[in-house]
Amino acid sequence: MKAGRYGVYGGQYVPETLMSALIELEETYGRVHEDPEFSRRLDWYLHEYAGRETPLTYCENLSRDLGCRVYLKREDLLHGGAHKLNNTLGQALMAKFMGKRRLIAETGAGQHGVATAIAGAALDLPVEVYMGEVDTRRQALNVFRMELLGARVIPVASGSRTLKDAINAAMRDWVANLRDTHYLLGSCVGPHPFPRIVRDFQSVIGEEARRQVLEREGRLPDTVVACVGGGSNAIGIFYPFVSDDVALVGVEAGGEGLDTPHHGASLSRGSVGVFQGALSYLLQDGDGQALETHSIAAGLDHPSVGPEHAMLKDSGRVRYEAVTDAEALKAFRYLSRTEGIIPALESAHAVAYALRAAGDLGEDGILVINLSGRGDKDVADVAKIPRGAA
Amino acid sequence: MSRIDGLFARKNPVFIGFTVAGDPGIGASFRVAKAMIDAGVDLLEIAIPYSDPVADGPVIERAHLRALRAGTTPDDVFALVRQVREHAPEVPVVLFTYYNIIHRRGPGRFFAEAAAAGADGVLIVDLPSEESGEVAPFAARHGIDRIALIAPTTSPERQHAILREASGFVYLISLEGVTGERDRLPPGIAGLVGAVREKTDLALAVGFGVSRPEHVRTVVEAGANGVIVGSALVRIIEEHPGDWPGMHEALRTAIVALRRGLIPDPEPDIPRRERVEG
Ligand SMILES: Cc1ncc(COP(=O)(O)O)c(C=O)c1O
Repeated sequence: MKAGRYGVYGGQYVPETLMSALIELEETYGRVHEDPEFSRRLDWYLHEYAGRETPLTYCENLSRDLGCRVYLKREDLLHGGAHKLNNTLGQALMAKFMGKRRLIAETGAGQHGVATAIAGAALDLPVEVYMGEVDTRRQALNVFRMELLGARVIPVASGSRTLKDAINAAMRDWVANLRDTHYLLGSCVGPHPFPRIVRDFQSVIGEEARRQVLEREGRLPDTVVACVGGGSNAIGIFYPFVSDDVALVGVEAGGEGLDTPHHGASLSRGSVGVFQGALSYLLQDGDGQALETHSIAAGLDHPSVGPEHAMLKDSGRVRYEAVTDAEALKAFRYLSRTEGIIPALESAHAVAYALRAAGDLGEDGILVINLSGRGDKDVADVAKIPRGAA
Repeated sequence: MSRIDGLFARKNPVFIGFTVAGDPGIGASFRVAKAMIDAGVDLLEIAIPYSDPVADGPVIERAHLRALRAGTTPDDVFALVRQVREHAPEVPVVLFTYYNIIHRRGPGRFFAEAAAAGADGVLIVDLPSEESGEVAPFAARHGIDRIALIAPTTSPERQHAILREASGFVYLISLEGVTGERDRLPPGIAGLVGAVREKTDLALAVGFGVSRPEHVRTVVEAGANGVIVGSALVRIIEEHPGDWPGMHEALRTAIVALRRGLIPDPEPDIPRRERVEG
C-alpha cells in the first residue's frame, strides 16, 4: 500500500501551497511518535487532565431490554464531553513541538471546537474556530462554551453554511498562515497524514475498551458499534479490534431516510470521489459536485467520510448501517430515561442501531457501544421538538 | 507547435485573464469571455465551477456558486470552450479545475472532451505532482498541456519534480494564501521567478493577488513571461448584475489598464523606487 493510502483511498489532493505543511506535519508526526518525552506529556494530559481512562459501563437496564450484555464506552465522561479531546490534546502538543503559535479548527456540532479550545487553553495556544452559520445557531451552547474557553468563533456564511464549509474556510486560513498556524483537523478525514494522526490519537478508545472487556468478561465482545460522521470515534474504537474476530458496525446519519436526498450517509449511499484532500466515499451529483446533506446531529452532517472507512467498507471488515433522525431521537430519549445517561445526538445513532439489531446476539452476546459524547449540547434543540413529532 | 507555445513564442509578456464558466449565467459567460479577449486577453483561463473551491478566496468562490446556481455543468463548459475557439482561433484556452470534476467523469473521457472542444491546457489546482500519475497518460494522449503550479512554499526538490512533468507554461503562485485581490504583492516574487527560471525553459506566469497595473509591472520586472488576473475581473462581473453594458465597459477598461503594466516604463530615467509603489 502506498504511504498515505488505505487501499486505493486517501492521498493528498490539495493545492501545491499546502504540500509543504503536510510534509512538515508528516515529519513531525514521525518524530514525536518515537519521542518518549512526547508520549510522557500526552499521557499526562490524557490521564491527569482529561480523565482517562474512561469507564466501560455495563448497563443492566439496557442489557435487559436488548437481551444481551451491553457495555457503553464512556467517552461522554471525557473532559469536554466527547472523544474529541483525545485528538486535540495530541495535535495541540504536536503543534507545540513544531513551534506553531496558533491553532485553527473547524467544527460542526461544536464538540471539536470546544475540545480544541480546551487544548489551546491548556497548552497556551490561541484558538480560532470556523463554524457554519447554521451550526452556530443549532449549537449555540457550544459557541458560548468556546468563547468562555478563550477561543474566537468565526461563523462561515458560504455554501451550505455547515461543517463542510467550515472545513473549507479553515483550509483557506491555513494556506495563508502555514508558517505559524497548525490546522487541528477534527476527524480522520482530509489529506494524509491527518487520517492516520487522528486515528492513532483516537485509538486509545479501542485499546482501553479491548482491555476492559477482556478483564470483565474474559473474552472479546461479539459486536462493537459506533456512529460515523468523519469517522474518528468509530476508527478509534474499531482499530484495535480489526484483527480480532469481532463484528464492527459503523452507523451513519440516515436523516429523513436513505431514499430521500436528506441524509449524511456517504458510505451507504455515496460514490467514490475526491473531497477536501482525500479519495473516499462522497455524496455527490453526476458532475462531482458535493451534495448538501442533512442530519439532526450536526456532527454527522457531512458529505464525506475518512478514507480508512472507505477501505474497511470495500473489504467488508466493517459493516455500515444508517439510522434516521427519528430513530436517533428515540434512542436519545430512551438512553436518558433507561440508564440516566444523556447521549450526544451523534452517539444516539449508535444506540439506535443497537436497539434495532441487538436481538440477534442472544443473551450471552456481548455488545460494546461507543458513547462518543454527552448530550447536554443537544438538550435545548431536542426540547423544541414536539414529542409526537418523532 | 501547440497554441500555448506559439503564443509565448510570439508575445512576451502575455496577459492571462480568468473567468468562471457560467458566471454570471450560462449564455452570458460567452459574452464575458468574448469581451475579455476583445479587450486584450492573450490567453483565457476558464474555471469549471465546483461546489468547494478551497484554493479560492471569497470573490472567486462566489463566482463558482453563482455558476452552479445557474445550472452550469462540465458539458456547458466544453460548449463555452468551443464557442471561444470559434471566436478566437489563436487564443489558447486553459481549463482550470478541481480534481473531482475530472475524477467523476473519468480522466480518459475528460481529456478527450477537453481536446475535442479545443482546450489547450488543463490546470488541476488540487492535484499535486504526487497524485498526478492518475491523469498524465490521458493528457499526453490528447495533446493537452498540464499546467503545473509552483508555490512560494515549494521546496527546490519539489520544484524539480513538478517541472519534470510540466508543459505549456508554469503557473507561479505569488503568495501564501488563496486567490483574491491584494493591496500589494509580497516581496518574494523576483526570487521565485529567478529560482524557477534556472530550472526550466518553459514560460513562467505569475498569478494570485495580481490585481492592479503596478502589480502587473512588478511581475513583469521580476522576469515573468505572463501575468494572470482573476479576482479583479471576476469582481466586475459580480458588481454589475443584470447590467451588461456596464459590465462590458468595466471589463474592457480594467483589462486595458492592467495591460499597460505589461509595457516597459516609457521613461527609463525615473528612479525605480518611485515607479514601484503599491
Ligand atoms: C459526540 C460526537 N460523536 C461523533 C461525532 C462525529 O465525528 P466522528 O465521526 O469523527 O467521530 C461528533 C462530531 O462532532 C461528536 O461531537
